[in-house]
Amino acid sequence: MKKIEAIFRNEKLGAVKETLKSVGVAGMTVTEVRGHGTQKGITEVYRGKAFSVDLISKIKVEVVAEDKDVKKVTDTIVDAARTGSIGDGKIFVTGVEDIIRIRTGEKGEKAV
Amino acid sequence: MKKFSYLSVLVLFLIAVTSSIAWADEGAIDTGDNAWILASAALVLLMTPGLCLFYGGICSVKNVVNMLMMVFICIAIISVQWILWGYSLSFSGGNWFIGDLSKVGLMGVTPASVSGTIPEYTFMIFQCMFAVITPALVLGAVEGRMKFGAALLFVPLFATFVYNPICHWQWGGGWMGNWGVLDFAGGLVVHVCCGAGALTLAVMLGPRKRENVRPPCNLPMVLCGTGLLWFGWFGFNGGSQLAADGNAALAFTVTNEAAATATFVWMVCEYFHKGKATLLGALTGAIAGLATITPASGYVGPLGAIQIGIMAGVGCYFAVEKLKPAFGFDDALDVVGVHAIGGTIGTFAAGLYATELVTGAGGAHGFFIGWDMAGLAQLGKQCVGIVATWGYTVAVCIIIGYIVKATVGLRTTDEQEDKGLDIMLHGEVGYHLELEPVSNIKASY
Repeated sequence: MKKIEAIFRNEKLGAVKETLKSVGVAGMTVTEVRGHGTQKGITEVYRGKAFSVDLISKIKVEVVAEDKDVKKVTDTIVDAARTGSIGDGKIFVTGVEDIIRIRTGEKGEKAV
Repeated sequence: MKKFSYLSVLVLFLIAVTSSIAWADEGAIDTGDNAWILASAALVLLMTPGLCLFYGGICSVKNVVNMLMMVFICIAIISVQWILWGYSLSFSGGNWFIGDLSKVGLMGVTPASVSGTIPEYTFMIFQCMFAVITPALVLGAVEGRMKFGAALLFVPLFATFVYNPICHWQWGGGWMGNWGVLDFAGGLVVHVCCGAGALTLAVMLGPRKRENVRPPCNLPMVLCGTGLLWFGWFGFNGGSQLAADGNAALAFTVTNEAAATATFVWMVCEYFHKGKATLLGALTGAIAGLATITPASGYVGPLGAIQIGIMAGVGCYFAVEKLKPAFGFDDALDVVGVHAIGGTIGTFAAGLYATELVTGAGGAHGFFIGWDMAGLAQLGKQCVGIVATWGYTVAVCIIIGYIVKATVGLRTTDEQEDKGLDIMLHGEVGYHLELEPVSNIKASY
């Protein structure tokens, strides 16, 4: 089992959710995060004072998938979230040792 | 025949007697005037909570409660100071410099006392609201680094030793008003006075640390404040006529025109200077226009008001943009750029645009109306008033600043400044918008 952590543009959340649902991913965790890679920040101006905001607001989605489904899920996310400009984001795939469903106590692949 | 003539003599006698009785109270009081000035007093009071919202929204989120508290508490302090000795020092007898203590505790003032065509109580409570808002305006400069005790001590000292004298000079029978300086509703008494005080305090406190200069926490709240201030300003300027007449309506009108013009002009300046028209800029422009028209609002016509609005928009815009960075003082909420400079421009402009169409035949007129020696002389008087107000205010505020420094202390600690005055000085946070379980806060009782 693998955990897929995708960080991408705020405005792509709707599209990513839709396409993940269509490929059968049932559950996900969504967080609002801030960060940057090579993307430049934005500047807010108030009465002549400029404030440079270099940690940019992004969305992080975490889903868990069986090893055989990882490529399908990551391809889906890439297609939905890509715009072609700097700041599209990144996906990290890490190993998951165990999963437990809290309601029933099921473990492993049954709990995905 | 005899009865008839006896009766007519009696009637004639009664008419003669009653017509010579001075119904002092009812004859002198104009109920319309009284109603308007009482309403204006309430409008001006509302400007102080409006100022809370205006200032608070521009503050950093960690200092918003402190700013609201400092501004609001002025209502509490000055309302009492005014009744006890402020009104007396400002408006009763005295000499060219200051009034006397004959009306301490409003001694001798009764509901029957009259001031012009309104009860003296009405005049007194109207003026009280001006005394309330002036120190409140000063405190906008000190965001994020002034001890609360220092503010509590500064406010009554400022009111007693700066505001009361200057108010007396202009409106209470002192030298400026007697000499003929024009200040209808407080360009010098309120705006230059508070702005000069703000500059002095900001310099004496020193600047905030760079990382503690944050963007505004709540722009919609700034708009609420601006709306309340604009609304209340109709009482501030319109009520300064001290009558419910055409001149009050004109003052009301020119207030609106100057505010509207300055709002638009500031927006245009900002667009061409910085590339974007901002909401904060437009709101600041409105306040700049309102502050600038204040001293001239009873003396100029609507076209003069529009020109004054343009002067306010341009003058105060560049004061905020250029003056502060040039001199390096940390006037957090731009009290100097808007009020000190606006009040200065407006007082000067009264010497340009005052017109006999408003002040009456033989009344004061400005240099641009008439282009004569009398107008130039008026302009000169305005300049003297400006310099005197600036000079006196700065000098006395320096003394007050040192007194506060030596007793309570002026500035907060580094830790207080970094963590935010809300939590460090007041034990409060402005906004608890998070989901309750996540914040894990428990009441302990």
